[in-house]
Amino acid sequence: MTTTELTAVPAGPAPAGPASAPARVRRAVVKHKRAILFFLLPFGVLFALFYLLPIGYAIYQSLLVVERDGTFGPPVEVFGGLTQYVQVFQNETFWASVGRVLLFGVVQVPVMLGVALVLALLLDSPLVKGKKFFRLAFFVPYAVPGVIAAIMWGYLYSPNLSPFTALTSNVDFLSPQFVLWSIANVVTWVYVGYNMLIIYSSLLSIPAEIYEAAKLDGASQLQIALRIKIPLVVPAIVLTAIFSIIGTLQLIAEPQVFRSFTASVSSSFTPNMAVYATSAVPNVNLAAAMSVVLALATFVMSFAFLKFTQRKANA
Amino acid sequence: MSAVTSTPAAEATAASGAAAPASTPSSPRRGRAPRERVMSRTAAMIVMLVSTVYFLLPVWWLFTSATKSREDFGSSNGLVFADFDLVTNLGNLFTYNDGIYLRWMLNSVLYAGAGALVGTLISAMCGYALAKYVFPGREVVFNVVLGGVLVPATALALPLFLIFSQVGATNTFWSVFLPSLVNPFGVYLARIYATASVPDELLEAARLDGASEVRTFFTVARKLMTPALVTIFLFQFVAIWNNFFLPLIMLRDESLFPVTLGLYTWNSQVNQIPEIRTYVIVGAFVSIIPLIIAFLSLQRFWQSGLGNGSLK
Repeated sequence: MTTTELTAVPAGPAPAGPASAPARVRRAVVKHKRAILFFLLPFGVLFALFYLLPIGYAIYQSLLVVERDGTFGPPVEVFGGLTQYVQVFQNETFWASVGRVLLFGVVQVPVMLGVALVLALLLDSPLVKGKKFFRLAFFVPYAVPGVIAAIMWGYLYSPNLSPFTALTSNVDFLSPQFVLWSIANVVTWVYVGYNMLIIYSSLLSIPAEIYEAAKLDGASQLQIALRIKIPLVVPAIVLTAIFSIIGTLQLIAEPQVFRSFTASVSSSFTPNMAVYATSAVPNVNLAAAMSVVLALATFVMSFAFLKFTQRKANA
Repeated sequence: MSAVTSTPAAEATAASGAAAPASTPSSPRRGRAPRERVMSRTAAMIVMLVSTVYFLLPVWWLFTSATKSREDFGSSNGLVFADFDLVTNLGNLFTYNDGIYLRWMLNSVLYAGAGALVGTLISAMCGYALAKYVFPGREVVFNVVLGGVLVPATALALPLFLIFSQVGATNTFWSVFLPSLVNPFGVYLARIYATASVPDELLEAARLDGASEVRTFFTVARKLMTPALVTIFLFQFVAIWNNFFLPLIMLRDESLFPVTLGLYTWNSQVNQIPEIRTYVIVGAFVSIIPLIIAFLSLQRFWQSGLGNGSLK
């Protein structure tokens, strides 16, 4: 991963540069071995136990199938190769849920990040007064957990309990054709402020001298924003985009809550809900295979996005 | 930028007075500039105010609703107060079902508070070691951790359940607490921040003074890394506080629930037990107060630490 080298850059003028250090040390004995172990071990052990081991165990479980001797015989787990994965790929409910979150992501992530970028640019421009207030006001929803946000909006969408019944009694936000976008609004509401702050703090780190030259050339605020600010905050936007992609594929709390407000949300509306529903059947082996496919897909998509944007930036 | 000067549409909204004279040599633009500036100011403020209404109105609705009796909640306008019954509602909430709600809040504080504290410490130690020591396999370790950032904890909920059920430890405090400690993004942030803010000379000086490596970390480095540590703590706190899937899949015993899962189960019982709706609303309102207080009181730390994640 190239980020490793890149991240070292802002460290600045480290004397006896780190570039020369590895070669020297690799030949010699590693200094401070015990301290290094002391620092690494706690995280390392927990990471191995609660990240790597579960993934390995889920892969193992996903390779098993349950067999019975006749209809009423005791169930026995035997090695089934990729049987579960064939099941996953033939499982239309699962793929419908994947398609749903992909559609959700293609629309919601750009909208949310676009709004976050516009608000961050406005906050950073001289046009707006009361910046401190707006910054905090936009960030408040981030302190509301997804479950709570979904409960709140569930009532706000409700045809008879909403304060906006004039609207909600005419448009059914919880109907099958709207509910996905009603959930998208809940997610957007929670995360716009958070993403805005990440972009905004990246804007703040741009040195002011850069703008002076543009201003002398008579550039407007809009031109400064489009040609200087946005290109410089691309890394921040990439970061927020990756987290948003990951979050979208993992969606569960909001749609799960909406099940108590509407019948439009099925028990396997999103991939994680499908995993939960399948494990509750219980068909643990199939659910494990779904989990593996989902984790892998998330990893591949965010990694591909990272590489794609890095190549574009270098080109 | 040479094309810029010739564009008549340049709104000359340049704010600082110092730059203005140099940038407006032609007279027609000078006459138009103030009005356009007023217009773009107004447009910008309208966008900000509309956004404020969008972000805060639902929270305001939750507050007014938390002060209403069950009858008023169904009949009165959602955005204005009816009879102010907040104290009665709170009393009912805290005593319902033997005070299970307070138990849930306490659980959430324990899962998130203790979890984020320990999680931040181990992330900081790991990130610091990756930034400040050279040892074989350092990049491998870092890349595995980065890979962990891209595999979200939610995808691991079922695999974790399978592991814990192997050792018969599902439906325990530890089955939710221990996995929450692992925060690969915290290691990533800590490494970047330690690289940028802890100078090697200072560590050398501490060594010459005879301080041990571990001691140096807890005294010198910890102080320099404080903004990053607060940021890691707060965001891990929020992540654990908001966590839903892991407790949903792990826990059966109501008394172990975090408040999010508790409110979720109440909310799904509203149709069978109508009076529970008030508890859901009031409980939701009370549950977001600690986080808002935490963010407001620590903002000067996390706002400076937040930008560092995107340093490249």
